[in-house]
Amino acid sequence: MKALRKLMDDIAPTFEKGGKLQALYPVYEAIDTALYTPPTVTGGPSHVRDGLNLKRIMITVWMCAFIPGFAGAYFVGLNANEAMQSMGLTTVDNWRGPILDLLIGYNPGSVWDCLVHGLAYFIPLYIVVFLAGIVFEAWFASKRGHEINEGFFVTSILFTLTCPPAIPLWMAALGVIFGVVIGKEVFGGTGKNFLNPALTGRAFLYFAYPAQMSGDSVWVAVDGFTRATPLGSAALGNDYGVTQMQAFIGAIPGSLGETSTLAILVAAVILIVMRIASWRVVAGCVVGLAATVLLLNAIGSDTNPMFGMSIAWHLVLGGFAFGAVFMATDPVSAAMTDRGRWIYGIFIGFMCALIRVVNPAFPEGMMLAILFGNLVAPIVDHFVVQSKVKRRLARVQL
Amino acid sequence: MLEHYLGLLIRAVFIENMALTFFLGMCTFIAISKKIETAIGLGIAVMVVLAITTPVNNLIYNHLLREGALSWAGFPDVDLSFIGLLAYIGVIAAIVQILEMVLDRYVPFLYNALGVFLPLITVNCAILGAHLFMIERDYTLGESAVFGVGAGLGWALAITALAGVREKLKYSDVPDGLRGLGITFMSVGLIALCFMSFGGIDI
Repeated sequence: MKALRKLMDDIAPTFEKGGKLQALYPVYEAIDTALYTPPTVTGGPSHVRDGLNLKRIMITVWMCAFIPGFAGAYFVGLNANEAMQSMGLTTVDNWRGPILDLLIGYNPGSVWDCLVHGLAYFIPLYIVVFLAGIVFEAWFASKRGHEINEGFFVTSILFTLTCPPAIPLWMAALGVIFGVVIGKEVFGGTGKNFLNPALTGRAFLYFAYPAQMSGDSVWVAVDGFTRATPLGSAALGNDYGVTQMQAFIGAIPGSLGETSTLAILVAAVILIVMRIASWRVVAGCVVGLAATVLLLNAIGSDTNPMFGMSIAWHLVLGGFAFGAVFMATDPVSAAMTDRGRWIYGIFIGFMCALIRVVNPAFPEGMMLAILFGNLVAPIVDHFVVQSKVKRRLARVQL
Repeated sequence: MLEHYLGLLIRAVFIENMALTFFLGMCTFIAISKKIETAIGLGIAVMVVLAITTPVNNLIYNHLLREGALSWAGFPDVDLSFIGLLAYIGVIAAIVQILEMVLDRYVPFLYNALGVFLPLITVNCAILGAHLFMIERDYTLGESAVFGVGAGLGWALAITALAGVREKLKYSDVPDGLRGLGITFMSVGLIALCFMSFGGIDI
């Protein structure tokens, strides 16, 4: 370890001001602080000193995101293997095929086969997304003289987990670049954006390439196999195609990381216990969704079967759980005040249920609900602060 | 019937948002969106003006201007729709004048904050635009009232969202070349993306 520290110290002058590679200083700095705790610490009495800094927060979220990630990869493999079995295929018809043939046997009953098959989609996708995004992140950082922030780790994994498993890799790269540059860097980098960058990129792809981002044929990673997501078929009035337990554990077609509500729940517990995700936002989302669904159930409709969908189904299907735990709680784009967080969460739950039910074209409404919530968050904060100011003023004047 | 009106309202607020889909009323939209309070004030003013003038102009069009509308007065062949633009603007100007007097008397804070943009609501293209859409789509009186409220509400929501975002962006570190209008336009584009939640369907 000492040798590594020495190496980093030795090459430091090359990157510092006046060195040959000073344009790449943010890259050096990012690697250095990822390996070692930064030597500079805050002084002065006004600071709370805590082991939990921004870097630790981001890395914790990043690692937690791998729980639904790996669970999702397993279920992607399971869905693909089942599809291949039903179609009578014996190998994967793309570049992954020859590699996978060496490792596994496409048996849907084998955990190993399913996991490796799913990882063959998850890992290349994540590598491409990460590299494409980090290049632009580093480029902006070196041009504008700010640090490469660990926020990108979170953005990259969250973006990857919201993609359909078989998304073309170039498209994923395009989406994450849009999210990083337009969603974040033009505003000055992490902490200064107003929309969640991962969702911005996802929404951009959704509207730019609807054929590859929605519909029935993108959710199972086998060419030519169509299977609607449960929400999609529910919107058409069909059977969900799965049992509630299957949906909760995750054996449903859908985006990479959103399928397994169980895995998301585990991650949510970790994030909330470590006080990284705001429990108020998550609880607000659930309360808002439940209340809206109850209301819509009571209204009812003869033509739209979604009106009758129960709360339990809403909670386990689609991107709701993933969005509520990982996306809505993004500390930058969420509301900043405690009461604001409740309002913001409830609003997202309300919008999610409304979009899912009223708009059969977008059954996966959580993404758009959170983006709309991000827009509302600064206004909510403003009024929460104003009301507090007003109350205190009244107390002073008494 | 209620479902039809609700669909029309959602369409006017989200899918056919005056500011974000048709880029109407851009000058005030950009200029008055620096503070949340004034943005809400202007949004409410536009909404009130639209809610009143759209049905009024609908009545004028259907009973005075359109071809054959004057048959009740004994002129079945007269088609006065060519003076439509004049008539609509006249109605808008009159209502705005009244609104201005009311605000001056009862909400002086808003009156001062809105400044010259209050009389300029008269020529806010979002308002005339909504009226022309109403004529073109042949709305009935009830529909035009709902559409007027919806169009105004959509515009008000958009400007409030933009004001919230711009207040937040005060703490941002925008590249030099994008400061001011540039980043505002990019924010408007991203806000438009968020308003697409009810797109893709015909309601």
